[in-house]
Amino acid sequence: MAGNRYSRRDFIRMASVAALSGFGLSGVSCKKADLEEFLQKHYLEMTEEDKKRTIKRLEEKYLKKYGKQFTISTQGAKPGTLWGYGLDLSRCIGCRRCVYGCVKENNHSRYNPQLHWIRVLRLPEGSLINLENAEHYYDPALVPEPGYVYMPVQCQHCENPPCVKVCPVHATWKEPDGLVVVDYNWCIGCRYCIAACPYKGRVFNWAEPNIPAEELNTAVHYLGNRPRYKNVVDKCTFCVQRVRQGRYPACVEACPTGTRKFGNLLDPNSEIRYLIDHKRVFRMKEDLNTEPKFYYFFGL
Amino acid sequence: MYYSKQQDVCLERVNMRRIVLLSFLLSLFVFCWVLDGRAKEEDFPVPRPPFSEGIFPCSNCHAGMEANTKRRELKEEHTNIQLKHGSVSRWCLDCHDATNRDMLKLASGEHIDFSHSYELCGQCHGPTYRDWKVGVHGKRIGYFDGGPRTYFLCVNCHNPHDPKFKPIKPEPPPFKPLYKYNPAARSGK
Ligand code: SF4
Repeated sequence: MAGNRYSRRDFIRMASVAALSGFGLSGVSCKKADLEEFLQKHYLEMTEEDKKRTIKRLEEKYLKKYGKQFTISTQGAKPGTLWGYGLDLSRCIGCRRCVYGCVKENNHSRYNPQLHWIRVLRLPEGSLINLENAEHYYDPALVPEPGYVYMPVQCQHCENPPCVKVCPVHATWKEPDGLVVVDYNWCIGCRYCIAACPYKGRVFNWAEPNIPAEELNTAVHYLGNRPRYKNVVDKCTFCVQRVRQGRYPACVEACPTGTRKFGNLLDPNSEIRYLIDHKRVFRMKEDLNTEPKFYYFFGL
Repeated sequence: MYYSKQQDVCLERVNMRRIVLLSFLLSLFVFCWVLDGRAKEEDFPVPRPPFSEGIFPCSNCHAGMEANTKRRELKEEHTNIQLKHGSVSRWCLDCHDATNRDMLKLASGEHIDFSHSYELCGQCHGPTYRDWKVGVHGKRIGYFDGGPRTYFLCVNCHNPHDPKFKPIKPEPPPFKPLYKYNPAARSGK
């Protein structure tokens, strides 16, 4: 059976190669790399060999486009890990250091379009659950402002992610360590997932990214912070490129107030487990049954 | 290999002696530890305490001075320090030591290094200290697994003489979605 399926796929591939070379002959330029990209497999179906070839091609492409040598990792999930995040609402002062720490680490487009994975909401004090009172364009001279609390929101890495369910091409999925990731080479840009996410965790690349060359982060992961393309969706990955090496995410390191906590939910001695066991925690929009792995808590 | 019976007995004796010696050393260690009165605090990988430029070691200036242990307002030196941290009940020499200027002093009189200042803070701020030790209060960076990690000291974030956080300038808000509000888009930067 399997043999059959593959031979059919191979047949289609050959057919498209033939068709494309036809285009090539008729004057439309079509390079080998573009062709390979067009024929690239789904990430989960790639063999190690395929991955290596893909990475090599992508690194060459990025070198050409950005003039920098990238190292693209494909490091997989470590067995026995399930990543969880903690955010201390009694400490956040709304300074947005996390937002821009993320921008730098994850190669976000800086303008036209400007993309942020973290949105810091400002809410009137005593009104934490009325999200309709939230404002994220606040711009006072100093924070925190009296009478307000701040609530940063990003991808909550749901155990039951609605965005994954709606993707018509399975370009986004949940990894074994619980991270919800996107294959930017597989995404068709339909934005169903953006509509499905109850946390506004996903953003869309309306144009090719604008990243200052000197600020490029060249240590990237295929499923994470490599530069994206026009017409694809991206989102917070809990810094997959860092956490799979055991490093704290960039937002944790950027926060000046120690608001942000991170760890392995399966490790009973981790920071995240301690705060779930000992602090008052809640997860956002729990009633939707999305089972986020992002725990808001009160340290005070 | 061939051992005679005598050799066997001999070996056993040696082993016995070793065990006795080891257990004696172990009990001595435990005894000392109990005598010490309190379990030694764990060492944490902390950065250098944030001393003001050129102020440490304090003995550079204090060495030749006679210590005046009378509680008073400092008029000549350290005038930039306004104690806003339990100033009614405390003053300099409750935490700094008059005899050893380069060390801090616990309530018990024990001297500790500046890099262990968390023990001093923890005397009053018990729950915060407990949370800090497990990593839920305060900031840490680096590796949580498989590499070096840095625990920020209490005093890396809180000025010990005036610990309340001061308001800071926030980073700019995101552009509003409409292009006319997007200054970078307008100027074509
Ligand atoms: S950097 Fe920390 S304090 Fe500032 S907005 Fe982000 S979470 Fe809040």
